[in-house]
Amino acid sequence: MSAKAEALGGAEESKLSPQFHVAHHFDKADTQFDAGRMGVWLFLVTEILLFGGLFCAFAIFRSKYFPSFVEAHHHLDRVMGGINTIVLISSSFTMALAVRSAQKNEKKKTTILLAITLACAAMFLVVKYFEYSHKIHDGLLPGGNFTAADFASGHPGIFFAIYFMMTGIHGVHVVIGMGLILWILLRNQKNEFSSRYYAPVENVGLYWHLVDLVWIYLFPLLYLVG
Amino acid sequence: MANTATVDELGHSPAVRGKNYLNQTAGVWSWLTTVDHKRIGIMYLVSVLVGFGLGGIFALLVRLELLTAKKTIMDASQYNQAFTLHGAAMVFLFIIPSIPASLGNFFLPLMIGAKDVAFPRLNLLSLYLYWIGAIFMLAAIVTGGVDTGWTFYVPYASGVSTTSVISATFGVFVMGFSSILTGLNFIVTLHKLRAPGMSWYRMPLFLWSLYATSIIQVLATPVLGITLLLLIFERAFHIGIFDPTLGGDPVLFQHFFWFYSHPAVYIMILPGMGVATEILATNSQRRVFGYKAIAFSSVAIALVSFLVWGHHMFVSGQSELSSAIFSFLTFFVAIPSGVKMFNWLGTLWGGSIRFTVPMLYGIAFLFLFAIGGLTGLFLGMLSVDLHLHDTYFVVAHFHYVMMGSTAIAFFGGLHHWWPKMTGKMYDENLARVGFALTFIGFNWTFFTQFILGTRGMPRRYYNYLDQFQPLHAFSTYGSWVLGTGFLITFICLARSLKTGAPAPADPWGGATLEWKTASPPITENFEKAPIVTLDAYERPAEETA
Amino acid sequence: MTFDPIDLGSFWMPKQSSTIAQEIDTAYYIVYWLDVVMFFGLMVPLAWFMYRYRRRTAKDKVSDITHSTTLEITWTIIPSLLVIGLFFVGLSGWMKAMVAPGNALEIRTTAEMYMWTFTYPNGNVSVNELVVPKGQPVKLIMSSKDVLHSFFVPEFRVKQDVVPGTYTTVWFEATENRDTILFCTEYCGVGHSDMLARVRVMDKADYDNWQETGLMPGEKPLPPAELGKKLYATRSCNTCHSLDGSRIQGPTFKGIFGRTEQIADGSSVKVDENYIRESLLEPNKKVVSGYPAVMPTYKGLLKETDIDALIAYLKTVQ
Repeated sequence: MSAKAEALGGAEESKLSPQFHVAHHFDKADTQFDAGRMGVWLFLVTEILLFGGLFCAFAIFRSKYFPSFVEAHHHLDRVMGGINTIVLISSSFTMALAVRSAQKNEKKKTTILLAITLACAAMFLVVKYFEYSHKIHDGLLPGGNFTAADFASGHPGIFFAIYFMMTGIHGVHVVIGMGLILWILLRNQKNEFSSRYYAPVENVGLYWHLVDLVWIYLFPLLYLVG
Repeated sequence: MANTATVDELGHSPAVRGKNYLNQTAGVWSWLTTVDHKRIGIMYLVSVLVGFGLGGIFALLVRLELLTAKKTIMDASQYNQAFTLHGAAMVFLFIIPSIPASLGNFFLPLMIGAKDVAFPRLNLLSLYLYWIGAIFMLAAIVTGGVDTGWTFYVPYASGVSTTSVISATFGVFVMGFSSILTGLNFIVTLHKLRAPGMSWYRMPLFLWSLYATSIIQVLATPVLGITLLLLIFERAFHIGIFDPTLGGDPVLFQHFFWFYSHPAVYIMILPGMGVATEILATNSQRRVFGYKAIAFSSVAIALVSFLVWGHHMFVSGQSELSSAIFSFLTFFVAIPSGVKMFNWLGTLWGGSIRFTVPMLYGIAFLFLFAIGGLTGLFLGMLSVDLHLHDTYFVVAHFHYVMMGSTAIAFFGGLHHWWPKMTGKMYDENLARVGFALTFIGFNWTFFTQFILGTRGMPRRYYNYLDQFQPLHAFSTYGSWVLGTGFLITFICLARSLKTGAPAPADPWGGATLEWKTASPPITENFEKAPIVTLDAYERPAEETA
Repeated sequence: MTFDPIDLGSFWMPKQSSTIAQEIDTAYYIVYWLDVVMFFGLMVPLAWFMYRYRRRTAKDKVSDITHSTTLEITWTIIPSLLVIGLFFVGLSGWMKAMVAPGNALEIRTTAEMYMWTFTYPNGNVSVNELVVPKGQPVKLIMSSKDVLHSFFVPEFRVKQDVVPGTYTTVWFEATENRDTILFCTEYCGVGHSDMLARVRVMDKADYDNWQETGLMPGEKPLPPAELGKKLYATRSCNTCHSLDGSRIQGPTFKGIFGRTEQIADGSSVKVDENYIRESLLEPNKKVVSGYPAVMPTYKGLLKETDIDALIAYLKTVQ
């Protein structure tokens, strides 16, 4: 057994990924793993603050222009939104399974699950594309760009400003997430993960769950609440 | 365990001739791709000093224009750009990163006995993001300038100004990520990488202040991010949320903006307070008085700072009840600062005080922060703020806390840790001259502005009433003395790199871990990983009496 | 300025020219003296410690006392009580400032880049001049036509932001017959520091007379060209149009009457009585080419006699 394997408690060498090592400034692997996870959680907190600002803006304008918001939200496509919700929740599920299988050294299963997650994310974006196209076509646009007719109440442009900013920034996070998942998938293909080292998979998984969580709040507030 | 040693066994390690972090590897590329926190700290240091220089030039231009009541050297629109860029450069390029990213990056790992921060590559990314953001800001300056004030209030910034607002605010947005990632890095480092024996309550108080600062950086900066993003979209695409003609609310921008920018001022002052503690403790040769009070007051300031943003908006049109609540809470953020002042005095009491150059800055900090903090009380009082809001009183107050306290602490820290970072001693006499001119010039420039403010002189005025001209001229003369002071300080420090005497490991008789390694340190920081057995600022028995 | 814009009442403060000024100044001096005491309370020990505990030898004995819970509690509780006191002092003056008395005279105020327009209850309008009776509460109902502005009269100790899209209010009661200055105190662009107005306080009788005749106390009616010259300054024309040939935001008035100007659409126009009148009421209809279309309209802001006066004046500007 290599000295490294011995130092790490004698795990089977085949279970150790060749790229894995403890960075020079950490005393041991556990510290590195804990530090990484703590870092990701802190990052997720910043994301919550970022979206929090938008949720605040939503709450403030909804209370200011309640009838307008109610009227405007009826123009959102609940079916497409609902599909997207199911798609994202499923992708979170497959992501969680992928983390589990990475933990259990099931390389092939991990790849498949990550690929399905990626596919779900892509589908989310495709549905989003259709949603946005309809809005643009109908002139349901933010603020000064709002050109749709037949609106009884004032300031529907504000609703759509919030709608596009929130779903748009969320969409950007989905794209970033897809990039991260693809990166993890490729690294997995290169045998970088094992039961000893799966932190990147878990951390990307945490990010992805946040992206899902934001949508879970966004969907009812924008699409459903009357 | 092999490869470890107790602190008192290490004693004063000899200056290592040969390899240290500066000459370990050579070439620009090795610096630009480094993951060594010390090199990253030095690169930040150079960058923030450039930012300070740029902001300082704009300041001198502003004060020069204000020498006479009407046009002196520029027209109104140029003046508006000058004060905007002075503020934006000073706040974003200099003061927010100043202490944490330069001195913090360099010394946090050393002070906890670690080899680096938790995420060295993320640290490098933070530096790159700072540079990229700075480039967007500089691009704004050369492609049309910015004339909105550093606060970017709408609707002027979102629809009326014809300057490069988007480039500047996007630059700030990118720099915000730099700040967030630095804060994140520091929090994890302090939790996970303290040397054996270094409990939370044995850490130097500079690190408690950085911890509190990092909490604010992580929680508040994202809100600035979304605020600026909304401003950019409002300006570019007229989404309408701040535009009253489209149903938006301009005062909402102020709420969002100050929700970050008030805690941000504590990002600025907390590290300064931490540096002051280190300087005062070292130069009094004794343990800090009220360690836990100082530590907890830092965290208390960080938390309460999120509750008071509306005190910038008493006359904005927000509800009277909100204003009253914000005023009440504002007074409570002052209390922990007061507690610190008393404990600092307690640290001097019974000490053995040496008036080194850093100590001069430390004492100046106490004097200037007292004035800065106490004048905040005027502004927190609702009825008094009615008269003083948006006058030069506010300008004087925030310069006393931002420049008189944070910048003074920064330069004090620079002088305190210069031997450690560079391995060189500077000419102390020249440094004292620089300090004296800075201190005198600062008070000359800014105390005058309290008087201008109470007498009714508004902020951001290009032309002003003739009756204010004598005081304005007086303030401008002070700015020349202040500028000279900084120039001499820069020259003194720069010269030391060439002609300074080699620095010992511990020139000031410090009691924290960074003094237990060579000046400059080796790349790995310590030859033998420390094990901590002494309490904070405790010196081994044979060093006293 | 042809009047003393801000008279000083003390070293720090302007004259107290309103009913609330005294209370605000008292609040100011309370925190001022508290701060002075606290400042010396900190600096005197500092100076003493610097002397008493200066280093004498390399091995001075230093104190090993590292904390005192009693002291911590004391210097937390006492300042807390003091600042709570300050809060209530501030609150008291604030509440008075926020609630206008029921019998206040309401004046509608509009701020725009870069002038103040005041509309009185009888429909009269004044620009950059706020005329109010002494000893009578006055309430301003304010809004902005464009960006944020802020209404600030140092001698009255009043301030309130003026916001587009909503109304904000401020009230005061002037206590002396004098003129003082009104500043815009929220940065609003290139003319921010020129957005000044004159506040004129006078006896109620004189105020009523002004409302009727437009004449200030002791003023005789002016001949048209002289009235025009006065309006040129008081209605902010001078902010954008020079008299000496130099270019500001708009064309210079030097030699303007009778001149032929090129219009942005290529046509040309002679500057006669009709064109001047049209430029005042519909300024962006025929903009001289090379100049931005930013002149605000004076529709509703100038009486017919004012327009005649301005025309008469412009004829004299050579």
